[in-house]
Amino acid sequence: MPTIYIDNKPFDVKTGKNLLEACLSLGIDLPYFCWHPAMGSVGACRQCAIKVFKDEEDTRGRLVMSCMEGVKDGMRISVNDETAKAFRSQVIEWLMTNHPHDCPVCDEGGCCHLQDMTVMSGHNYRHYHFKKRTYPNQYLGPLINHEMNRCIQCYRCVRFYHDYAGGKDLNVFAAHNHVYFGREKDGVLESPFSGNLAEVCPTGVFTDKTLKEHYTRKWDLTNAPSVCQHCSLGCNTIAGERYGQLRNIVNRYNHEVNGYFLCDKGRFGYEFVNSENRITQPLIRNQPIEATEHDTVLQYMRALVTGHNLIGIGSPRASLESNYALLELVGKENFYQGVPDDLVYVEQKIVDILQSGTVHTPSLKEIEQADAVLVLGEDIWNTAPIMALAVRQSVMKTAATHTTEQLPIPTWHDAAIKELVQEDKGFLANITMLPSPLDEISSSSMKAAPDDMARLGFAIAHILNPSLPEVRNAGEELLSYAATISKALQAAKHPVIITGTSCWNNALIRAAFDIAAALDMNEKKAGLAFVMQDCNSMGLAMTRASSFDRAVAAIQRTTNVTAIILENDLYRSIPAAKADTFFNKCKHIVVLDTLHNRTTEKAHVLIPAATFAEADGTFVNNEARAQRSSQVFMPANSEIRESFKWLADIKSLVTTASNGHGKHMDDLLHALEARLPQFAGVSRVAPPHDFRIHGARIPRESHRYSGRTAMLANLTVSEPKPLQDDDSSLSYTMEGYRGLPPSPLIPFFWAPGWNSGQSVTKYQEEAGGALKGGDPGIRLFEQTTAPPVFSKDIPDAFTPRAGKWMLLPQYHIFGSGELSVYTKGIASLSAEPYVSLSRRDAEQSQLKNGDTVAVKTDGKTYTLPLSINESLPDGIILVPAGLTGMEALSWGAWVNLSTVIV
Amino acid sequence: MISHLRTMWLVFRHLFQKKVTVQYPEEKVPLYPRWRGRIVLTKDPDGGERCVGCYLCAAACPVDCIALQATENEEGRRYPEFFRINFSRCIFCGYCEEACPTYAIQLIPDFEMAEYNRQDLVYEKEDLLIDSQGKYPGYNFYNVAGLDAGVKEKGKGEDEETPVDIKSLLP
Repeated sequence: MPTIYIDNKPFDVKTGKNLLEACLSLGIDLPYFCWHPAMGSVGACRQCAIKVFKDEEDTRGRLVMSCMEGVKDGMRISVNDETAKAFRSQVIEWLMTNHPHDCPVCDEGGCCHLQDMTVMSGHNYRHYHFKKRTYPNQYLGPLINHEMNRCIQCYRCVRFYHDYAGGKDLNVFAAHNHVYFGREKDGVLESPFSGNLAEVCPTGVFTDKTLKEHYTRKWDLTNAPSVCQHCSLGCNTIAGERYGQLRNIVNRYNHEVNGYFLCDKGRFGYEFVNSENRITQPLIRNQPIEATEHDTVLQYMRALVTGHNLIGIGSPRASLESNYALLELVGKENFYQGVPDDLVYVEQKIVDILQSGTVHTPSLKEIEQADAVLVLGEDIWNTAPIMALAVRQSVMKTAATHTTEQLPIPTWHDAAIKELVQEDKGFLANITMLPSPLDEISSSSMKAAPDDMARLGFAIAHILNPSLPEVRNAGEELLSYAATISKALQAAKHPVIITGTSCWNNALIRAAFDIAAALDMNEKKAGLAFVMQDCNSMGLAMTRASSFDRAVAAIQRTTNVTAIILENDLYRSIPAAKADTFFNKCKHIVVLDTLHNRTTEKAHVLIPAATFAEADGTFVNNEARAQRSSQVFMPANSEIRESFKWLADIKSLVTTASNGHGKHMDDLLHALEARLPQFAGVSRVAPPHDFRIHGARIPRESHRYSGRTAMLANLTVSEPKPLQDDDSSLSYTMEGYRGLPPSPLIPFFWAPGWNSGQSVTKYQEEAGGALKGGDPGIRLFEQTTAPPVFSKDIPDAFTPRAGKWMLLPQYHIFGSGELSVYTKGIASLSAEPYVSLSRRDAEQSQLKNGDTVAVKTDGKTYTLPLSINESLPDGIILVPAGLTGMEALSWGAWVNLSTVIV
Repeated sequence: MISHLRTMWLVFRHLFQKKVTVQYPEEKVPLYPRWRGRIVLTKDPDGGERCVGCYLCAAACPVDCIALQATENEEGRRYPEFFRINFSRCIFCGYCEEACPTYAIQLIPDFEMAEYNRQDLVYEKEDLLIDSQGKYPGYNFYNVAGLDAGVKEKGKGEDEETPVDIKSLLP
């Protein structure tokens, strides 16, 4: 470990870092703009200047940019040198010559890196007496606001959007002192990662447009650590509330999971919490007055749960606690997943693989560090966007590593590496049904039907391990793909295979497992990552409860049934006919949910459940990492409560003595561990509810939280008692422990002098490294030495049938989410319903783009406009899944088509 | 004894001096323009609300008695959707006025705001907004801010160049 002397004090620093990283890791405040821990250094802003001395005798030294200089043993530098300080304050003064007098009306104000750095460098008076440069702004879509006057030309936006995330439509234009960061012309930013611009930009050029609708400064938000609800990756987020409304979502750094970035669906898809469609009161239907309150509804429930056969339908988007509370209430044998049989079958296979521990499941960080990636049959761009971003980094980093192996260039030297790497790329094979933006960076991208993709997987596995069965009747093309991919995987040290459930195909999962296991046997450290559908799909699948189809079968055999449906719109995942069959057999239907939907319409008793922002809950992500999402605010309406609290109340109607059991979620998680041992460790996911630091709680509010004595003064001038949170160690006040809280309980990032999100460095062990005290989340499965069980059953090649098409879902990042479409901006970006056919199929049926096509399935006919997809394999019909107004279909079924003459 | 006589003499002499006591409320107290009393929200020379809802007054308030919510009109001009001061908590320290970057919030020489009912000391925007520029006539924040919020176009403000032609590569 090299020792460097900073202002004559020795410090041990890590090899391979630059001086800026070293100083920040040591906790020294050194201003910077263009450097970003995830993107490296380019030395563009000249803000991080320090003095470097030749040796002990050298008193003059020379100014260098600390981000462009690596650490060397025995190096002597000075951060507080007068010349260096003067240089830094001079630079910021130059940067500020054109910065507008906008802070009061700028959304960045209060969490602005430029404000922080200006104060840190000591610049406070503009000596430049000439005019300020101005720019026109652009319309960048419904999610991001553009105010170009505020730009300080650090190039971070382009480096993120273009270089890091691969977006094509944002770049730098014009020349010299008026370079312009924007699009070629006004228009919606195409990249689904555009929201990160708001956090990457050190000033207010790019800001969150959804926050603008109900603007609140960072210091006024009540924040809590939370987990994204919109896909299975479980990105860590910070959700902020003010006046009883969820106001924004920002990234919560987790080294192992999302790192510094979120996708737009996760960042902007929070508006459902504030929706007018929320269920706000318990309803007992078919009464003169349906709306009721807690005690009455419980009184009514007593008759429904006693003397009736109970059936509980769990939910992949409800927390582990709520699902388990339902399981406890109805009994393990009466608890069903609210997920169709075909999907449960695929998910069960995934859980089996994870539980066997034969192969390692990589975190997103490990995917970033992989040196060869095979995506087998999962459209990760749409179903797990941040994973797609991680895959892109793996491809870029592998190419960079190739270069740095030949030339001694440090890994943080971004511009130099880019110059050397040019168009060189690491290995990525993107095997999907449809083209994806990832294809541009992939070396190999076969487009095929799910069964054919699985066959390719088995062919690769066979090459890697010849003892595995051969794929019969494999075509020339398939074998050549298999050969290339297997060769690249063989050459890699840490190959990663990614697959998922979006093709609803079990063979794909088996094939991916066979490849990973075969690679492991060849002494590779292979990883196998799965993508699931919802934020707690993994948690629900791990309960190993039966599918909804089994519930339908079970209800046929019994009478007098009370069905309790937990936070699940069955009509989104189950074909309507089947769901109707189920509901028609139920004597009583009790639904707990957050938003009114088709399922809640069926409810005889409707109970308002809390959303993620109003509830504590544990969610299990795609790598079986359990993570805690904490309550951000208590709803003013006390009828809105966590589902598990409602269910516990209902349970106390059945059991005579409740012994205070299930009072805290800690108790629920302990009970869950005892009942279902596969969840062992889940209770350690966050400190217990009575955890205190020096007797103090961790405040959800910043020390500068304003309006405490005026916020509610319009209702009554006497301030109410601060809200009491009995479920966690976070408090609803400004008072409490102000140091570093344990990582699962970080409500927001702030450090003295660092008001912006860049303060995260103060919470990390080293700049860009793990959070102090370890990253949050507990992985429930670890790798064991169990021998792999390979599959013998290889599907036959997919052959189109005459007059029949295989119906498969197409997921869209904007539109397929049940909750995210409540954000107006996301709804406006979502696709309109359509059906897709291959060009040949369409021509054979004499159809052209825009023709209305009728799809017959599940005894129903759906008429939708046709959109011909050039790359779609023949014999398949694609329908977008989950769009508003679209019903769930029997994915994987063979359906008939007919043209509708309008 | 001498001391008593001296005191009596002094008291007697005060009978002929000018009275310090002001016959309030019949007689009003002279107050200086910068006297820190009732808080008002002022208006721009063009009659628009000066407050841009930046939350700095609320943040500066040591008793946290200011609460507001910023919103925007179609032209992008920020204004408070509501602005509430709980005068039963206010200590008239004037920090809000100091913090205000737009001269919107001002403390004026008026202290006659006692109420029988504490709830009546909660002032909303309607109660605070006055039709005047207060102590700083002629100032309009949007003329010096870079942003175009319907007050002036980009490049038309004080000390602003005309917007850059981004398609030009000329020096």
